[in-house]
Amino acid sequence: MNQNSATNMTLPQASRFASDVDSLVAFITWGSVILFVLITMISLYFLWKYRRIGAPTFTSPISHNNQLEITWTLIPTVLVFIIFFWGFKSYLDMRVIPANSMELKVTGKKWFWAIDYPNGTNSVNEMVLPVNKPVKLLLSSSDVIHSFYIPAFRTKMDAVPNRYTTMSFEPTMTGTFDIFCAEYCGKSHSGMIGKARVVTESEYAKWLEEAESGGKMSPVEFGAKLYTSKACATCHSNDGTANTGPTWKGIYGAKHKMADGSEVVVDENYLRQSMLEPNAKVVAGYQPVMPTYQGVLKEKQIDALIAYIKTLK
Amino acid sequence: MAALMETGVKGSTHTATASRTRNFLNSPKGIMSWIWTVDHKRIGVMYLFAVMFAFFLGGVFALLLRFELIRPTQDIVGPDMYNQLFTLHGAVMVFLFIIPAIPASLGNFVLPLMIGAKDVAFPRLNLMSFYIYVIGACFAVYSLVTGGVDTGWTFYTPYSVETQTSVIAMTLGAFILGFSSIFTGLNFIVTIHKLRAPGMTWFKMPLFVWGMYATSIIQVMATPVLGITLLLLILERAFGIGIFDPAMGGDPVLYQHFFWFYSHPAVYIMILPGMAIISELIATFSHKKIFGYVPIAFSSIAIALVSFIVWGHHMYTSGQSELAATVFSFLTFLVGIPSGVKVFNWVVTMYKGSLTFQAPMLYAHAFLCLFTIGGLTGIYLGAISVDLHLHDTYFVVAHFHYVMMGGTVIAFLGGLHYWWPKIWGRMYDEFWALVSAALIFVGFNVTFFPQFIMGLQGMPRRYYTYLEQYQSTHLLSTVGTWILGLGFIIMAIYLIRSLYVGKPAPKNPWFGLTLEWTTQSPPITENFTQTPKMLWHAYDYDRVLMDENGMVTFNPNAEDEHAHDGRAKHTNGRNGKSHIEETTRSFN
Repeated sequence: MNQNSATNMTLPQASRFASDVDSLVAFITWGSVILFVLITMISLYFLWKYRRIGAPTFTSPISHNNQLEITWTLIPTVLVFIIFFWGFKSYLDMRVIPANSMELKVTGKKWFWAIDYPNGTNSVNEMVLPVNKPVKLLLSSSDVIHSFYIPAFRTKMDAVPNRYTTMSFEPTMTGTFDIFCAEYCGKSHSGMIGKARVVTESEYAKWLEEAESGGKMSPVEFGAKLYTSKACATCHSNDGTANTGPTWKGIYGAKHKMADGSEVVVDENYLRQSMLEPNAKVVAGYQPVMPTYQGVLKEKQIDALIAYIKTLK
Repeated sequence: MAALMETGVKGSTHTATASRTRNFLNSPKGIMSWIWTVDHKRIGVMYLFAVMFAFFLGGVFALLLRFELIRPTQDIVGPDMYNQLFTLHGAVMVFLFIIPAIPASLGNFVLPLMIGAKDVAFPRLNLMSFYIYVIGACFAVYSLVTGGVDTGWTFYTPYSVETQTSVIAMTLGAFILGFSSIFTGLNFIVTIHKLRAPGMTWFKMPLFVWGMYATSIIQVMATPVLGITLLLLILERAFGIGIFDPAMGGDPVLYQHFFWFYSHPAVYIMILPGMAIISELIATFSHKKIFGYVPIAFSSIAIALVSFIVWGHHMYTSGQSELAATVFSFLTFLVGIPSGVKVFNWVVTMYKGSLTFQAPMLYAHAFLCLFTIGGLTGIYLGAISVDLHLHDTYFVVAHFHYVMMGGTVIAFLGGLHYWWPKIWGRMYDEFWALVSAALIFVGFNVTFFPQFIMGLQGMPRRYYTYLEQYQSTHLLSTVGTWILGLGFIIMAIYLIRSLYVGKPAPKNPWFGLTLEWTTQSPPITENFTQTPKMLWHAYDYDRVLMDENGMVTFNPNAEDEHAHDGRAKHTNGRNGKSHIEETTRSFN
């Protein structure tokens, strides 16, 4: 969608109910345009027709007209009731979750989305979905309120700490679509962007396999892929530029001063600990803001990331 | 509706243009006489300066943050600063500007004049309300200089509990400002009930007064809930009581319910006074009896009441139950109906009028256009399924700016120009006023219309940076703010200039019929030389004509719609239309 919409201003209708939402938008738009043009034309006409020439005079005693009042109360009432029922009907389509839905767990964290798949695989900021299969998302947050929003699917839902919310949709079109965080959540709110990649059933199966173990990739290649797919890149650069966390360039083997004054040589065990218990030993000059990757990273993935970090000299 | 003094009819003749005599501005003299004043007009003027300063501050924040958004990259501020800018823009504009803007400044000045009173019911409470406002503003400024706030003006938990910025000072400021708002509302309710001039029945009141009455009801009834909510938030931050903290079994969504229980009615604290001004402007500049007085008056009350039961439409995506969302959606649509009724009545009021197109009328028309767009786009957001798409996108930002700025601010500017001659005794420059109004109208639309499109494309709000596909609409929106800014700079120049070189204003520059035009410009302390008495309805342009100097002519051919009004006949010595002679008199 990214490539598409840079040139094309219309959002793709990529979910089952997207076209219904768009039809309702079109209905309201046409009604509004007609009403707006009518009000504006009548105002401008009166402004011209009854403009004052010369001194002010006594004007017409017309003060009310009950039939007119009733008419312009009833017509909008009927119109808004139609819109209410239409909105209500398509809302039910969004909220009634089909029994054969595939269930994914989505957790919002400052500032990325962690997605858990039914087979135990997980991904960060990338939600891979098979096309034409209903999906139920079980949302929650591990810190503040976030909101999971896929414009191309025309729906969003807040991710709230300490409770689950649900959302459901059925992707109807293959392609890549933006995922935004829509509820303000702090410094990198606008960086909390993911992609929903809708693929065919067979591509989905292949992806699950690769995401879990790296497939045929070497550990370094797999680590490089995880560096972006697990959102390490949001806070750690790999080329020495400053960011929220220490850069990975040349970090392996270096001696770092910690916030508590001690010194640590960055070795495999320190790297591993920094992923699983990130705030145990924080490098001096940085805030203890990194969330834990315990449960997010598999053993093989931790190995691959360490292998990748070692190559950054 | 003017004041006929039974004793004054014979005596006063052509007092003509107001020579620079004693008035509330120059008598008594000295700074202390302003600091301790209990004159509603002086307090209104002090409020006017205060809210204009807040508007300037909020406007500068808006210009800065829009400038940052000209490109996705960092231009002038980083993400932390940007988050503070949009928070401060919102908080300053809402709590320091738009809520007090019309009621406390223009309302304070005009309301007692309009109902023929010497002052508000509790003049000292009025002054206290102003100083509470100043104290609240000081807390807001204190939070600004001690690190700012980055929560958004809504202070949503748990973010507002966790963030390192000075949330307590800002929320304490908003808490204190709430009392200022409550006092103003309370004062107006009592004033309207008890201090109307003899003969001014409820249905002879100008519609501005009805609008203020509806606003005051919301101020008094809803603001305490905001106070409680913000106090709980402060306790949560300072002592960790855990009411909103999920880690301690609290509920962050409860905060949203509390917050919007106030803040949705507060939207009507903001817009009802705007509508109230528009009713005056349309009637005066159409020189025509207002169409549908009773529906307009009651629609204000209807809006005020319904506003208390629609707060859940801010929370369709918060995880509230589907049933709750559906009920709130249904109730939300009910608000649209009285708003529509008002617009239709205003338009038809112009029918067979005698229309002039001076700056206040230009603002009234800008309001009709922009408020209609703001109202109609509210329908998108009321429909639940569409809102799930548009909630927290730029569509919402555009919608509430069309209502709040296109509605309330435009109406405030219309009212400011309308009553400017009455406040200062000087006319502003009409030409530059039209130029400035046109620039503001164009700049506003260039700024905010692209945001509807962006929102429909899925651009979330409160984003420091954005994806490539939103670049062109963001650029357009930023350019719009420059046009808008230019319009306001021109306005500031000609308004300030008018205080020194403006033409002296007559009593009644717009040929209005409401009571404030029967007294001199600027009015004396305590407003009228004698208690005014009502002889006509607020908008009797078919049978009464009051010229610039307050000379009143009755229409000998008028059909007497108010033949049942015994008091008017008695005091005027008229027994029916066959006996009406055309008379020209000066009142007050």
